[in-house]
Amino acid sequence: MASETSSSAPKRSLGGWALIAVPYFWLFLFFLVPFFIVFKISLSQIAVAIPPYFPAFDLGQGLQVLFADLKELSLENYIFLTEDDLYWRSYVSSVTIAAISTFITLLVGYPLAYGMARSPKEWRPTLLMLVILPFWTSFLIRVYAWIGILKNEGLLNQLLLTLGLIDQPLTILNTNIAVYIGIVYSYLPFLVLPLYASLEKLDGTLLEAAEDLGCPPWKAFWKITLPLSIPGIIAGCFLVFIPAVGEFVIPDLLGGSNTLMIGKTLWVEFFNNRDWPVSSAVAVILLLILVIPIVLFQNQQQKMAEREG
Amino acid sequence: MTRGPSWFNVTSLVLGFSFLYLPILLLVVFSFNESRLVTVWGGFSTKWYAELLRNEQLLDAFWVTIRVAFFSATVATVLGTMAALVLVRSGRFVGRSLFSGMVFAPLVMPEVILGLSLLLLFVAMDQARGFWTVMLAHTTFAMCYVAVVVQSRLVGFDKSIEEAAEDLGCPPVRTFFQITLPIIFPGVIAGWMLAFTLSLDDLVIASFTTGPGATTLPMKIYSQVRLGVTPEINAVCTILVGFVTIGVIAASLATKRQQVKRERDERAAIAGG
Repeated sequence: MASETSSSAPKRSLGGWALIAVPYFWLFLFFLVPFFIVFKISLSQIAVAIPPYFPAFDLGQGLQVLFADLKELSLENYIFLTEDDLYWRSYVSSVTIAAISTFITLLVGYPLAYGMARSPKEWRPTLLMLVILPFWTSFLIRVYAWIGILKNEGLLNQLLLTLGLIDQPLTILNTNIAVYIGIVYSYLPFLVLPLYASLEKLDGTLLEAAEDLGCPPWKAFWKITLPLSIPGIIAGCFLVFIPAVGEFVIPDLLGGSNTLMIGKTLWVEFFNNRDWPVSSAVAVILLLILVIPIVLFQNQQQKMAEREG
Repeated sequence: MTRGPSWFNVTSLVLGFSFLYLPILLLVVFSFNESRLVTVWGGFSTKWYAELLRNEQLLDAFWVTIRVAFFSATVATVLGTMAALVLVRSGRFVGRSLFSGMVFAPLVMPEVILGLSLLLLFVAMDQARGFWTVMLAHTTFAMCYVAVVVQSRLVGFDKSIEEAAEDLGCPPVRTFFQITLPIIFPGVIAGWMLAFTLSLDDLVIASFTTGPGATTLPMKIYSQVRLGVTPEINAVCTILVGFVTIGVIAASLATKRQQVKRERDERAAIAGG
């Protein structure tokens, strides 16, 4: 079907054009144009005014003014980002925290997805529903729920103290460990779903054949199940890693004052320091960092779709 | 795999699902706590729910949120369904890859970037910020989720029924409403619900794009959470969780029933014909 529709441009009625034009125009105006504005403002100067920046250039005022304005453009905000090591460390620490969390999510999510894919067929729709349901409940609420569990006088410490496993309450809230827990918890469904999809498709007879030939289960897992589930692992890891890099709510609520993440830095720059040009520059760099994984992810998805189709 | 589930699989399922559900469960349980201390159990009580009904700021924020979510989900469903039809049915046109890029990119884009860029757009347009700007912002990112949900429904759909209708002289708009829409309807409903809950949840984009008089519930919750955990917030969260859980379960039961009915109808049609 896809090859049939895309091989030739079909004759389109007026309605057909309108169907394309409406969502196209909407996304163009509210998604693409704003990026250019962010880019433009990242090149302008901060001002004590409302809005708090000097316009960098204005297309409405004719070419001559535009050229005059273009000379005024400055990379000052970007130079500022390289001078203050807060930004540099925020980027590195965001990527590190996201990568570590993604790895832990994989360690937690793999047995869950595996258990689901190996469960009796009649359980599977219910189990799938149970994984999707937390995705529908508020992100903010799920992060908030951990504050009561992790804080010093919280439920986890109470439990551990009662069991006599520790004498002193552990400090977990407001550390990077709490951020890891928050990210793993919030993004677990994103990893489990694609992984489950690829594990469920796995041909069970391959494992039976390995077993018949005397292969021990752990070796069969290592040689058969794991390699065949790699597409699911990659897709799931991207789905956790990409949004985790720009995460704001989790580091802000669970992390401490020394938890650096770029989403938080951008927020503080914008709302507390009211420096719109610098926060725009931070956003542009964040976007550049994320472009690579996003493109890799879309390529992988396309390859998977082609293999199936 | 005809053998029963192994102990390893059962253990990983139990541990995995406890991890997913225990925190929410604890939050719900402690919303019924008599004591003001959130982590010490002081007996069963519903007083925090009664307190909520007297908190006018919170109720205001709740209504703003519901209105934003309702309008943005509805507009996003229309636009997202159109976008899905374009992606699956419109074949090649100039700028197609840009279009699909714009549909898929917001799904992985950090919210801080979406929020900041939309705010700067509204400022550049000299648009007063408030209810409508939040609604427009939510519509934009929610329509992409709707497009993905509806698209997956459209892909597994027998195109020959539509072609038959058009060959018999049915105009395209009527074909859409009489044939295409009823078949993709479960996807459209799921898309609307997803858009609604995304809007209900969103803190970051709303914080950037809102203005005076349009504080949403997540913003209100966030500002109180920063001051510490309180039983009132637990109660608000419990209501929201309950709301969403009932909605999702009801929708999945309805889809299932419809599916069973359709299968029965198809069998009857084959037997009759």
